[in-house]
Formats: sequence, structure tokens, C-alpha cells
Amino acid sequence: MASTLTAPPTVDDRVSSRSLGARLLSRPEVGSLVGAVVVLVFFLIVAPPFRELATTGTILYQSALIGVMAVPVALLMIGGEFDLSAGVAVTTAGLTAGLFSYQFSTNVWVGVAVSLVVMICIGAFNGWLLMRTGLPSFLVTLGTFFILQGLNLGVTRVLSGTVSSNSISDMDGFSSAQAVFASEFKLGPLNVKILVVWWIVFVALGTWVLLKTKVGNWIFAVGGDAAAARAVGVPVKRVKIGLFITVGVFAWFSGMHLLFNQAVVQSGEGVGKEFIYIIAAVVGGCLLTGGYGSVVGSAIGALIFGMTQLGVVYAGWNADWFKAFLGVMLLLATIVNLAVKRRADLR
Amino acid sequence: MVRWQKKAVATGAALVLVAALGACSSSGGKQEEESSGGAAGNVADTPRMKVAFITHAAPGDTFWDLVRKGAEAAAAKDNVELQYSGAPEGADQANLVQTAIDQKVDGLAVTLAKPDAMQANVKKAADGGIPVVALNGGIEAWQAAGALGYFGQDERIAGQAAGAKLTELGAKKAVCVIQEQGHVGLEARCQGVKDKFPNVEKLYITGTDMPGSQTTMTSKLQQDKSIDYVVTLGAPFALAAVKSVKDAGSSAKVGTFDTNKDLIGAIKSGDVQWAVDQQPYLQGYLAVDSLWLYKTNGNTIGGGQPTLTGPAFIDKGNVAAVEKFAAGGTR
Repeated sequence: MASTLTAPPTVDDRVSSRSLGARLLSRPEVGSLVGAVVVLVFFLIVAPPFRELATTGTILYQSALIGVMAVPVALLMIGGEFDLSAGVAVTTAGLTAGLFSYQFSTNVWVGVAVSLVVMICIGAFNGWLLMRTGLPSFLVTLGTFFILQGLNLGVTRVLSGTVSSNSISDMDGFSSAQAVFASEFKLGPLNVKILVVWWIVFVALGTWVLLKTKVGNWIFAVGGDAAAARAVGVPVKRVKIGLFITVGVFAWFSGMHLLFNQAVVQSGEGVGKEFIYIIAAVVGGCLLTGGYGSVVGSAIGALIFGMTQLGVVYAGWNADWFKAFLGVMLLLATIVNLAVKRRADLR
Repeated sequence: MVRWQKKAVATGAALVLVAALGACSSSGGKQEEESSGGAAGNVADTPRMKVAFITHAAPGDTFWDLVRKGAEAAAAKDNVELQYSGAPEGADQANLVQTAIDQKVDGLAVTLAKPDAMQANVKKAADGGIPVVALNGGIEAWQAAGALGYFGQDERIAGQAAGAKLTELGAKKAVCVIQEQGHVGLEARCQGVKDKFPNVEKLYITGTDMPGSQTTMTSKLQQDKSIDYVVTLGAPFALAAVKSVKDAGSSAKVGTFDTNKDLIGAIKSGDVQWAVDQQPYLQGYLAVDSLWLYKTNGNTIGGGQPTLTGPAFIDKGNVAAVEKFAAGGTR
């Protein structure tokens, strides 16, 4: 790194072209990709059911449960902010739709629409409060996290009289909504949950926005240095509020999956999942400080987490040690990730 | 805020309202809710007393909802002001007991799921002249803590009942699904199952993550295809297990501890085979009612012995008797 003092370069190193390999290695997601391959090979060896095609569907589904939310969380982190309310917001979305449809006896699609509006408002509120106060997003969204957690329980109890939303499985529009948000289909021997398809779509969309559009450049800019970004004309406030709204919209989508998968939502759910989303984004190469990362990386991070979570079960290891195995595997994956990135930086 | 944003929000809200008015569901929903005639009896004319009801419940658990409803029903009947609170951590729950002592409540109902953390403060309340009853957890600890009575089930015995049921049904291999790691009562249930049905394996899931719980159970069923019975320790997890069985293409059956409204429906439709019922409503009701009896007439329930509210089985044979109460949210 510091050895550049010796021979002065003949060409300006800022414009010198690097080899394809070096360019690939410098992508944020490469380290995690290697980590994912290591985890995959490891479990292919130790867990026989891992080799069956039928289990692939389950693993992809588990990963999608994390991965769908990891997309906006990664974008937000690249934009330099956190959202600790993302986990319980998913529950809020599901409860809103379920409770609204039930209480007003409407077609469930009405509840779905109301929920979307509510989630956009929550996202906008997070972003607006952050921009207005200038407080760290860690604090602002921690506040929203507690507020939503309390509202989830309190409002549900007032409206339904219990702590879970009422079942809406026999109401109009349920089957069509279920087809969109929580159905499954056969692909050969593979049982594919629709959420997995949506996940792939969202990752592609997120990557396109991030790498190919003006907004994508803005996201990198506000995360790297907000003041500098403002100075060159990037609408910092709008970008950040927009990112929080994006998290809200994705939380809405995940909440709809939660609701239409079971027809009821337990009001205490979602606590702690916000960290899993952040972990997926970070394992996938997002920096905690912002300005660097990738959406594809977040998907790989989710995949690592999903494979490890279920891999421990597939391997049939003693359940008492589950969390310990999980932690060790995640550490291994991140260390491999780090090692690869170090090598890449050396080139 | 920019003007167009306000406009967009207003338009959105209006659209939703219009859609809501024009899109009513022809089935389900609140419109079909039966008005369950609650027991609106007369209130006792005894002086108003204040009872603190302190549990180890995590917020948002359907089981504790039933306990609370029972406690509230008794409180309404006995002219009791009920202070319901809960904290999953032992130390936090012990602190709540201390705040009840500070408030000089007239009675204390408490769960002793973490007896070691609770013992000192509960004893202090009892020694200070506050009548104490224990419920749900702590069948070994309530007497030492100075409680007048105990209402609940022995988790180990409940587990054994489930284990015996598995043997009786001719199950070959079962998995016992625990939704909270390190929970003494839940571990005791699985241990009880193992006592009477040795070929059982434990599986941990994260109780606050329902889809994740579902995939974890699916993967277990895919990993070990010889599993023909899934035993969950809470009603919501049984319903997730039904989905897991389907996802895994397994033919395993599902049995569970504890019930709620949706679970009763699942037993009726045959998705879930049976539930071990410990009558949470009764636990809450008896705890409050016994404090009232003690205060007004010096009675104790149980005669120094634990009062067992379970285990009883709900299955297809007797589900009809429970169904209408479950619809009202009290079973």
C-alpha cells in the first residue's frame, strides 16, 4: 500500500486501466460471494439433505425472507443511514392491512392499500424527522422502533381484543392477494415460493437504480459526504427521505407476505429482525459508515444467513448449540469476505 | 413540504376512503362476529381492593391474553382494581413486585417461572402482610416464597401426558419445537415428552419470527424424513408447523401445547390433531378470585396443595364444546 514511493509511474495511475480480474475483485460483493461459496460447499459436505433439490426451495425462501428487506436497508446504508424500525415496521404493515380489512369488513385489497399509505407515511416521518432534527438515524429510528412496537400491541388489543389480528382468510380478495404475495409454484422438483421471485426482481431493480441511474449516483454521494453532495447540487434531503420511504414500501411488501402467508399476524413479531437485515447488508459489503456497498451483495448476505440458519438444522447438529454454530459460521463467512477484500485492495 | 406532496397525500387518502366505502367484503370480517354474551353478573359489594398481577409474559403472546382475560373477569366480578404488568426478564419482574409492595397493594398474583430471581421480593411481600398467590410457573417454588396457593399445571407432567399420547397414537419419531431458548417451563415440557416417548428430538425456533420459524421446521422435516409427529409448545407455532409439514411434503402430524381461537379451528378442520390445554383463563381467574376470597372470608384454595388446571386434551372429539368460548376469546 505504502510502497508507491519507489519507482514513479510512467503513466498517470488515476487513468491507467486495470485488469478485468482486479476490477472484479474490487466490487463490494466479491468477498461475500466467496464467503457464500465456502458456506455452500461446507454444508454440501456435512449436511446430506443440502444436496437435494427440494431443500433448495426452502433455503431460497428463508433467504428471501431476509433478502427482500435487505434490499432497501442496503440502499439506505449506502445512503449513510440506519433504520432500526425496519423489523417491527413489517409487522405494523401486516397488522394494519389485516385489522383494517377485518374491522371495516372490506375487500382485503383495501386493507392492503391502506397499509401501503400508512407505511409510506411512517417512512416519510422517519426521514423527515431525521432531516428536521439532524439527529443520528440510530436514535430517530430507535424511537420509531419502540413506538411501532407499542402501537402494534396496543392498537391490536384495542381493535381485536386479543394480541393477534383476526383471521381474514374467508374474506373477499384473500385468494387473489395470497396469489400475489404468498403463493408458490412447482418448477420441476423445486417448490418455489413467489417471494423468491419477487426478491430476485427487487434485487435487479435495486441494482439498476443504484448503478445505472442518477438517483443511484445521488445515493452514493449523500452516503459518502452529505455536505459535499449538497455543494454539487444533490438534493440530499429528498434522497434521504426517499430512501426511508423505500424502506417503508418494502416493509409493506414483506408485511403483506407475513399476513397472507398465515391470514393472521402476531403483534409481537419482528423484534430483532432489523439487525438481521443490517447484517445481511454488511456481510454483503455495505460499509457501516455509508457511501459504499451493493444490492447484489445484500442478497448474497441474505443467502449466507439463510444457508447457515437452515444448514445447521439440515446437518442435524444438536439443537442446543444452534446459535453458537450460527455465530461461528457467520464469523467465518465475514472473515473470508474480509480476506478477499484485503487482497483486492492490494492489487 | 412541497405543495404537490401534500396534494398527493390528500388524493391518496381520498382514494383510499372511496375504495374503502365501495369495496366491502361479502364474507368474514367484523360483520360476522358473533356478539358473545359475556357473563355480566352483579359486582360484589365488598370494599374495592387493589391486586397487582405480575407475569413473565413477553408482550403479544396469545396465551397470556387468555390469562389476562380470566384475571379481568374475576376482577370485574369481585370489585377488584387489577394492575396487570409483565416482564420476561427475571430481574425486571422482581422489580415489578417491589413496585407493587411500594404501592401497598391488597393482593399479589405472580408467576414464578424464574423462581430464583423472584423468591426474595415475593417473600418480602408475603412477610409484609400482602397475600400472595402464584400461578402458571413455579410449582416447586411457591410454598417457599410464602404464597397461599398455586394455580397451574406441572409442566413436566403436562409433557409426560403429551408423550404418553404420542406412544398411544403409535408415533415413531417426534420433534419437540421450543420457541424460546433457555425457558425452564418449555424445556420441562419437552423433557416430559421424552420421559414417556424417548424418540424425540428438540428443535429451537425464534418465537418472534413466524416465517423463519416455519422454514426452520420445514428444514427439520426435510432433514429427517422419519419424523411423523411435530409437537409445538404454543398455539401460533402449531399453525406455522401445519404450513411447514405441507412445504416439506411430509406426512407428519401436528400436536401442540396451549390453544387459541385459530388453533381450535385447526383442530376442528383436522390440521392439528390435539392440544394440551392448561386452561390459562382459569389460572388468571382463580388467582384473582382466591385473593378476594382470602381477603373477604379468609379462605385459601387448594388446601396447601397446588391446584392443577391441566393438563387436559382438546381434540376432534371434544373441540365442539370449547369452540364457542374460543370464538369469544376466552379459551
